[in-house]
Amino acid sequence: MDMAVSDQVAASKLESDGQTRPLAIEARGLVKRFDDTIAVHNVDLSVPQGAIYGVLGPNGAGKTTTLRMLLGIIDPDEGVRRVFGYDQPHDIARLIGYLPEERGLYPSMKAIEAIAFMGALRGLSLDEGRKRGLELLEGHGLAHAADRQIRQLSKGMAQTVQLLGTLIHRPKLVVLDEPFSGLDAINQGKLERMIRQLADDGTTVIFSTHVIHHAERLCEGVAIIAGGKVPYAGSVEEARDRIPAQVRLETRAREGAWMKALPDDARREGDFFMFSLPEGGVEPLLRQLIEGEAGILSLSIERAGLHDAFVHIAGEAAAAEMGEGASSGDDQ
Amino acid sequence: MSEQLTSRLTMLQAAFVVARRDFQAILFSRTFFFFLLGPLFPAIIMGISFGLGSMNAERQVAPTIAVQMGEKDTLRLQKARDKLARELGEWRVPALSIIEPDPNGVPLDVDEVLADTQGRYGAVLTGTLKEPVLTATPDRLGAWRGVVAMQLALTQSGGRIAYPDLETQEIKTSGLKTKDDRKRTAQISMTVLFMLMMMLAGMVLSNLVEEKANKIIEILAAALPMDAVFLGKLFAMLGVSLVGIIVWFSLAAGFFYLGGDIGGYRETIASLPQPGVGWPLFALLFVVNFSMGYLLIGSIFLAIGALASTVREVQTLSMPVTMIQLFIFIFASFSLTGASFWVEMATIAFPLSSPFAMTARAATSELLWPHLAAFLYQAVWVLIFIKLGAGLFRSRVMKSGGAGKAPKQPIWKRLLNRASPRAS
Repeated sequence: MDMAVSDQVAASKLESDGQTRPLAIEARGLVKRFDDTIAVHNVDLSVPQGAIYGVLGPNGAGKTTTLRMLLGIIDPDEGVRRVFGYDQPHDIARLIGYLPEERGLYPSMKAIEAIAFMGALRGLSLDEGRKRGLELLEGHGLAHAADRQIRQLSKGMAQTVQLLGTLIHRPKLVVLDEPFSGLDAINQGKLERMIRQLADDGTTVIFSTHVIHHAERLCEGVAIIAGGKVPYAGSVEEARDRIPAQVRLETRAREGAWMKALPDDARREGDFFMFSLPEGGVEPLLRQLIEGEAGILSLSIERAGLHDAFVHIAGEAAAAEMGEGASSGDDQ
Repeated sequence: MSEQLTSRLTMLQAAFVVARRDFQAILFSRTFFFFLLGPLFPAIIMGISFGLGSMNAERQVAPTIAVQMGEKDTLRLQKARDKLARELGEWRVPALSIIEPDPNGVPLDVDEVLADTQGRYGAVLTGTLKEPVLTATPDRLGAWRGVVAMQLALTQSGGRIAYPDLETQEIKTSGLKTKDDRKRTAQISMTVLFMLMMMLAGMVLSNLVEEKANKIIEILAAALPMDAVFLGKLFAMLGVSLVGIIVWFSLAAGFFYLGGDIGGYRETIASLPQPGVGWPLFALLFVVNFSMGYLLIGSIFLAIGALASTVREVQTLSMPVTMIQLFIFIFASFSLTGASFWVEMATIAFPLSSPFAMTARAATSELLWPHLAAFLYQAVWVLIFIKLGAGLFRSRVMKSGGAGKAPKQPIWKRLLNRASPRAS
């Protein structure tokens, strides 16, 4: 890293936020209007370097517009965005890899040439791009497709080629817009592994998705976006902590004085009682249940999932807009 | 993080990456072969039209003057006509068709003769040499009245008018001839320039449409400044166009070289007047002006591509622009009328007509410095158009989402908002 970049990156540390890692992406108060429509309203984001970060939201929530602003494809009408400390992302285009939601490749180009061309866009020589491209294709079992035209490849193979083109110049920040969209389960798994590998190698990965399960499995941090606004941006853990853990209790006795020990929000669900974990923890409750001879058969503490957190934060309507993907994790 | 990765591509490097891809992709495609064949079809149509026109011209009978007079008068008139034709040239003096008088003394029906749909007779001369009557349509009367009067005058003088010997000295050119000839060169070169532009400028638009259809454009926009993308595309298309022009001119030259002097074209080419700056510089300036004109109109097409979000919209918008191209050509042609210095300046100052006007100027004027000044001036406009097109593209095409609805603002407020500096 040259000195200028080092200084910028160092300067982008958010001391006030208590971040220990420098930020790959920092956005404050981003606003984007299209004619009379506010596509993105007052968005704040902080993505530490080396993190896997998810932008969650239903279709039309403003995810793509936010990513496009972060990449410098479009400029925000208001607010500040910085990528590795630079407010003009094109100035550090060689550090960034981008896979747009609408996949696009030149149909008549050979796979290896397509990868090399995408590298050339980021400053890599064509020769180096071809060399690296061949290695990547071999690594993904697609060496046989190197000299085939894109139009001759299957959809999945073409998507892989584009993803490899996104990574050919070994970027430090990879931005993926709905990367799991259109992939079968096997390829989704491969992509998840690839994203983890990138993060292990120190690359920052930010991706948008409307499938919460991908974010829950992969992400360290998430931004929940709905209606162009970001009601939550932070770690996945903090998002889940927004909903108190749920206690699931099964007793031998159906009724008794011990029931007075249950919190006010306790509700019966079949053979179980469900209620929020009391602030003082579960130990005082346990004592009272034992003394009241409730006959505890089982007691478990269940932490809220990201889906529950999403519903809690963004609301039922946004969750409903996420559709099947939100609940099943399958966007096919 | 190596240094190689932290520095960005310069504008020219970025444009080169795009231009190289586009240039190679188009040049080595099958469609380029068909593109090269494109001008063949109008050439064939023009050839057929020319051939048909020639055949028609050969078949056409030159209009004559029907004459019905007394025998002696007719004879004298014929002699006078032949004498006059020797002095003025055969093609200037209409031939006479003698109509014998009716043996029964029925007077000639002049209207019936002129109504002859074969079109042989342009006028009818009747009466006597002393009291002749010429009957024809007004335009024919206007054209032939003087010539017929001269023939009649000759008959009156008994053909005794003597034409003195006039010694003639031939010079190759004169100031007036040079001026007129150069205007002819200017007009021809402007027309060729216009036709090439019409044929080739649309390629830019189709290229951008293809890019949108392939959904590549967002990848380009993420990696490179849009200005560089547009610049690269323009230069790639310009390169392809120049290759096309070189191929066409080479083929035409080869065809004419091997095909012999078809239709006396060698004399036609040899008779083309020398342009003001001389042929070699004129050829160079023609290429420069074509390039600048192409870049200017191409950048407009790119801006249109930026305004349109579908192929249908692009097609709808390109039609008016093609018409505007035609108007620009007509406007540029005013520079040759010599009507006013300011009109010529206006055609040079208006960026889109400037290359046409400067091509004309290269033919009519010897001065070179205005071409350099115009080149720089046009280059500035190319950059302005690219900047505007790229701005439009970024603001209008890269739309997505659209969740919240902003309250409707008055237009002045929206304009003010747009004019205010961006936050980052």
